[in-house]
Amino acid sequence: MGLLSSSTSMTLYRVEGDLKEPVVETVASALKKNAISEIDGHDSEITAGWTSFNNPYQPNFEGSSFVFGTYLVFSLRIDKKSISSKVVKKYCAVETVKKLEATGRQYLSKSEKEMIKDHVVDMLSLRIPATPNIYDVLWDVEDRSLWFFSNLKFANEELVSLFLKSLKLTLIRLFPYTTAQFTAGLSHSELDVLAKLAPTNFTE
Amino acid sequence: MLDIAFAFNRFKFLGDEFLTWLWFVIENDSGYLKNISPDLSSLETGNRIVLENRQHQAVERVTIKGDYANLEEGILALRKGALVTEINLGFKASDQEWQFTIKGESLNISGFKTPFAGSIETVEDFEGAVLEKVYLYEQAIQLVDNLYKIFIKIRVSSQWPTKVVPTIKKWIHA
Repeated sequence: MGLLSSSTSMTLYRVEGDLKEPVVETVASALKKNAISEIDGHDSEITAGWTSFNNPYQPNFEGSSFVFGTYLVFSLRIDKKSISSKVVKKYCAVETVKKLEATGRQYLSKSEKEMIKDHVVDMLSLRIPATPNIYDVLWDVEDRSLWFFSNLKFANEELVSLFLKSLKLTLIRLFPYTTAQFTAGLSHSELDVLAKLAPTNFTE
Repeated sequence: MLDIAFAFNRFKFLGDEFLTWLWFVIENDSGYLKNISPDLSSLETGNRIVLENRQHQAVERVTIKGDYANLEEGILALRKGALVTEINLGFKASDQEWQFTIKGESLNISGFKTPFAGSIETVEDFEGAVLEKVYLYEQAIQLVDNLYKIFIKIRVSSQWPTKVVPTIKKWIHA
């Protein structure tokens, strides 16, 4: 579902703010600093970071590798470990039996059950590899426009937050009102009318 | 400046009115569309239209699907107060064809298919293929952007209540 796919989804943004010159070096440094880090073998369940568009499993932002004509093209990668609740239940049952045998008791307290569950989730997180999800980003710096190749809510939220953290620039999502406000070239008086609009009734 | 989340919810209706107006223009005045984009051969509704009636407490949704779907049910829904909330469009220009779906409340694009952009056979082909694909996306995005600009200019003008709404009503109730 990315930029080169035969069928894709797209969410459009306007980029607010200015980058420090030279732009390519500023962006490269921000992308490098916030590049995806591997969580396989760690107990983290989820991670997000930037990666290369043409090599998403080995991020490299050296030189102008992410510059395509007048566009900057890179990807957001979100790696998540999905642990089935049934697997957690199974290991919790095993650990509970061990604990009961070791203590000679018949029941565990609520907090002991919670501790077992946390331990099981951490243990499984260490063993299970994370599933990578890759979402392409195309940025026209001069035009202040950015295309994000996904409509998924969590991916869009992650994009906005990581973009702000990495580049200190705000992304404004272009939906009907913001498109009218920022890109439609309305005059001050037209913008005043826009702010007061109410829904039209076509039935009367 | 308005809070973004508030603006999204407060002005959701603008996107639905845009898609409803667009459907009306496609059905009734295709010549008007050619004036907007001289390269445009045709702009047609595709294989899916979703309408929602939010006038009552419970939202009523009508989905019309299929390549040869009868759109009469959609007109009937408009008559009862529904608006178009999602539309699949196909547009042709210079013997090439694009297809995509727009959602009214967000203007998000999905199922975005462009004309074939050429295959990548060597590493050197990669940048060219990306730029060609971007150019093709841009054609459709610019068309939607221009249509929305025209709509919003009309929507904030006195033409909307005096000329456009009565004409759309006439079409809905014909």
